[in-house]
Amino acid sequence: MQLEQQLRDRLEKKDILLMTHIVLGYPSFEVNREVIRQMVENGVDCIEMQIPFSEPMADGPVIVRANQEALKNGTKVADCLAFAAEMTASHDIPFLFMTYYNIIFKYGEKTFFEKAKECGIKGCIVPDLPPEEGETFLQLAAEYEIAPILIFAPTSTDARMRVLATHGRGFIYCVARRGVTGVKSVIGEEVLEYLGRCRKATSLPLAVGFGIQARDDVRALIGKADMAVIGSQTIRLVDEKGAGAVGPFIAGLR
Amino acid sequence: MDKQGFFGNWGGAYIPEVLHQTFQELNAEFTRCKNDPAFWQEYVDLMSTYSCRPTPLTHAENLSRHFGGAQIYIKREDLNHTGAHKANNVMGQGLLVKRMGKKRVIAETGAGQHGMATATMAAKFGLACTIYMGEEDVRRQRPNVFWMEKMGATVVPVTNGSRTLKDAINEAFRDWVTNVDETHYVFGTVCGPHPFPEMVAWFQSIIGLEAAEQIMKYHGKMPARIFACVGGGSNAMGIFKRFIPESNVELVGVEAGGHGIATGLHAARLSGTDASPGVAQGYKTMFLQDEDGQMKETHSVAAGLDYVGVSPILSDLWEKGRVRFESATDTEVMAALDLTMKKEGIIPALESSHAFVQAFKEAPQLTPEDAIIINMSGRGDKDIFTIAHAFNDPSWKEFIIKRGLEYSQEK
Repeated sequence: MQLEQQLRDRLEKKDILLMTHIVLGYPSFEVNREVIRQMVENGVDCIEMQIPFSEPMADGPVIVRANQEALKNGTKVADCLAFAAEMTASHDIPFLFMTYYNIIFKYGEKTFFEKAKECGIKGCIVPDLPPEEGETFLQLAAEYEIAPILIFAPTSTDARMRVLATHGRGFIYCVARRGVTGVKSVIGEEVLEYLGRCRKATSLPLAVGFGIQARDDVRALIGKADMAVIGSQTIRLVDEKGAGAVGPFIAGLR
Repeated sequence: MDKQGFFGNWGGAYIPEVLHQTFQELNAEFTRCKNDPAFWQEYVDLMSTYSCRPTPLTHAENLSRHFGGAQIYIKREDLNHTGAHKANNVMGQGLLVKRMGKKRVIAETGAGQHGMATATMAAKFGLACTIYMGEEDVRRQRPNVFWMEKMGATVVPVTNGSRTLKDAINEAFRDWVTNVDETHYVFGTVCGPHPFPEMVAWFQSIIGLEAAEQIMKYHGKMPARIFACVGGGSNAMGIFKRFIPESNVELVGVEAGGHGIATGLHAARLSGTDASPGVAQGYKTMFLQDEDGQMKETHSVAAGLDYVGVSPILSDLWEKGRVRFESATDTEVMAALDLTMKKEGIIPALESSHAFVQAFKEAPQLTPEDAIIINMSGRGDKDIFTIAHAFNDPSWKEFIIKRGLEYSQEK
């Protein structure tokens, strides 16, 4: 089943979905495994797994550090692919890859998609690949039925959003504000107006990330978006309190 | 240039969506400037009143005699304001910022020369200014940090990654995506996403335009070869651009050989075989990276050449065989610097000294009827701590120890 349909099926039973983010190999694949188990058991609907890159240009300090540490631990792209295959076989939710374009480019775009398909990956988020530069990427994504997740930003004009929407599949990732990942923002007038613009530009489900830390943050999005994204917060949590803290945190969000 | 800012197979604009709109505006404004002869004239006027353009072309008679081959000419970008070619690009982008109405500029810097030039421009044009500089480079280039801060800029040491130029670029991009509405990123070299490679090459092309006129005047014909050091490649593109159509002029880019290509401790992208095609920092070029696409650590005695990527325009010219690439080791660089100071009373920057190394190797192969031009991208007195350290100069060491003692007693 394709990603969008999987999410829509889940939306039949829930008023908002949760997507979480992990950096592969940080602090270790062993901890990744335990964190993912806790996330899935506590109702996470979708997980983006970041293949670490040495130059994570669009990420904030928490994820930058996690990328660096993962690489220092010797994390290889091949390890990430093997781990992904294990996760998709163990858990019945959609898994995505998030990474920067060079990882895919260097691996070989076609081989990467072949391998990702084999691993049971449902979608791919590449923050430094605008559709203008992603012609072959988008073709291969269609061929291998892996959803290319496109990104809306508050600086995107209505016309630009409509262009992006024609290339996106699965869902649209709406960045709630200017800036890098991991900074908390408040759902105010401005964000609501922006989400309204996003809604008008596409019929795809909308995912929103803005530094979600508690149940109220998630509730504020009901009716405005389809999926709340928890990014840096669980990484911080694992750093501070260990993998065991993730389950209760996720359970408390909905 | 091909569609979407590609030069052959290289270039492009691999940028996060949040920057899309600001790049649209930047492209539109740059296109207007390019097509407006009054803009170029305003730029030339500014550079001749605020800086020292045209910079001289010096006939290095002693060095020419010493090597007994070609007539050696030196294009003196060290005599620009702030002591390097970097001012050309920065003042040009400054005029662009004024037209776009932005109030704040940010920049990355390796050797500190681009940061210095940006801080100068910001002071002159009344803009707020933040400079990102790898922690390692802050240590290597302390005098430039001092001057940037004195001119009112905030200097942020970058502690991520290898703590050098590429990490400063990442951090500047993170600032830009956060403060995009009011801020312009004054990219320092002919790299990064389109339109930066083309824009920076355009501003820097003033070097070659002047050099072509000067060499015709002094030598009566085009030079046989032109040598320029290549980090990102802005001084090289600056002097090469005018000569690309002159098929008898051989263009030579000199990269950082560090401890030697075989040691792996270098920044040789196009002169060695260690680099491969990749996409990072917003553009596609030849990067020093591992088999997974992770960027490698680079090494050079010259902070300004210590970089994993190289201009997409130069990758194209390399692929097409129009520019030849060589490398110079740290040791060769110190010897060439020493000789240039002794013979000509000129102090090239460590970066520029790489070009001198290769020119000295090739000058004897040519005849006194031939001329070669070395682009001296910057002056070396900024590197006094590094150079004095590399020469292991006893009287300088004694001075530092005494001054350190004085400071520690003041505490």
